[in-house]
Amino acid sequence: MIKLTVNGQPYTVDVEPTMPLLWVIRDVLHLTGTKYGCGMAQCGACTVHLNGDAVRSCVTPVKRAENQTIITIEGLSTDVTHPLQQAWIAEDVPQCGYCQSGQLMAAAVLLKEKPNPTDQDIDDAMSGNICRCGTYQRVRKAIHHAASLQKQGGTQ
Amino acid sequence: MKIGWYKHTRPGNITICATAITILLTAAAMLSFRNGDDKYKSWNELKALTARYSLVSENAFMQVYKVLMSPRCMNCHPSGDVPLNGDDNHLHPQGVKRGEDGKGLYALKCTNCHQTQNTPGLNMPPGTTEEWHLPPANMKMVFQGKTAHELATQLKDTNQNGGKSPHDMLEHVKTDLVKWGWKPGDGRTTPPLSYAVFTKQWNLWINSGAVAPAAREKLAK
Repeated sequence: MIKLTVNGQPYTVDVEPTMPLLWVIRDVLHLTGTKYGCGMAQCGACTVHLNGDAVRSCVTPVKRAENQTIITIEGLSTDVTHPLQQAWIAEDVPQCGYCQSGQLMAAAVLLKEKPNPTDQDIDDAMSGNICRCGTYQRVRKAIHHAASLQKQGGTQ
Repeated sequence: MKIGWYKHTRPGNITICATAITILLTAAAMLSFRNGDDKYKSWNELKALTARYSLVSENAFMQVYKVLMSPRCMNCHPSGDVPLNGDDNHLHPQGVKRGEDGKGLYALKCTNCHQTQNTPGLNMPPGTTEEWHLPPANMKMVFQGKTAHELATQLKDTNQNGGKSPHDMLEHVKTDLVKWGWKPGDGRTTPPLSYAVFTKQWNLWINSGAVAPAAREKLAK
């Protein structure tokens, strides 16, 4: 049995300690906002926060998350008021949307650590999150937009 | 033809004497260092040994150098701020960068993908019990592009080696991060020497004076 907290909710799961955290999140806890992309930490679609860091859940054994705090896209905010979510809607960022939960979770770490990121900061943070639709320009624009909202006192 | 070849390559008396002296010095060094691989407190103390065991020390470092310049070591000691991957030392995908502390930046920190063990399977992220990282930005400890002379000089310069004493260096090769090179996970080659031979040569290099090979040495392939 492994205990972990996901989006503020405590869970006890009966799984192998080596099971990828992504499997637990999607198949055991049924939080399907986090996506399976490559399964080898290459694309970023499976990004979630583990104690505030943007880990790739497809290669993270659930054992690493034991007694730790996980935030998934469902927990970024309870009512879609996170500045990034607002900016994503305002800039109409997603196309197919498959990579977007990973994009948002990566961007959230960037804004937490660098509230006013430059284009270079955005490249340094986001270049590991691949978007097959090529929404990169809108992602960049939305992150700047979210930084502005955050500065104005938007919810974080 | 055969006689001519023999005459052409037959070692002279000087060569024989030099070879014999080298063998004697190596044997003496091996014996004297066998039980005392941690007795020198500073790099300056080691200088006194330089004259006596120069050749022994140089030869030991040339063995060590082959390992340090192999992909499993050099890929995390790049000349730039991007780690290297593979036996061809290509840049790490995903735009990963060193960061101030050597642990990556923002959403691309090393341990976001690198676990406390190798992830099974080809092309999966390697890992070890020691936190995966590059040297920090203020102490890059570059291996890439260094000659044997340059690298040996750097390794014993406390301004460039992270403030490590000879004792620290002897301890450093016992860390899990260094040992990982010999258990690098599926699909990765290991360094050209075994870990046991590497550590023996490493200790011999340091304990025989930590001599930097002459500057004429070329880059390792």
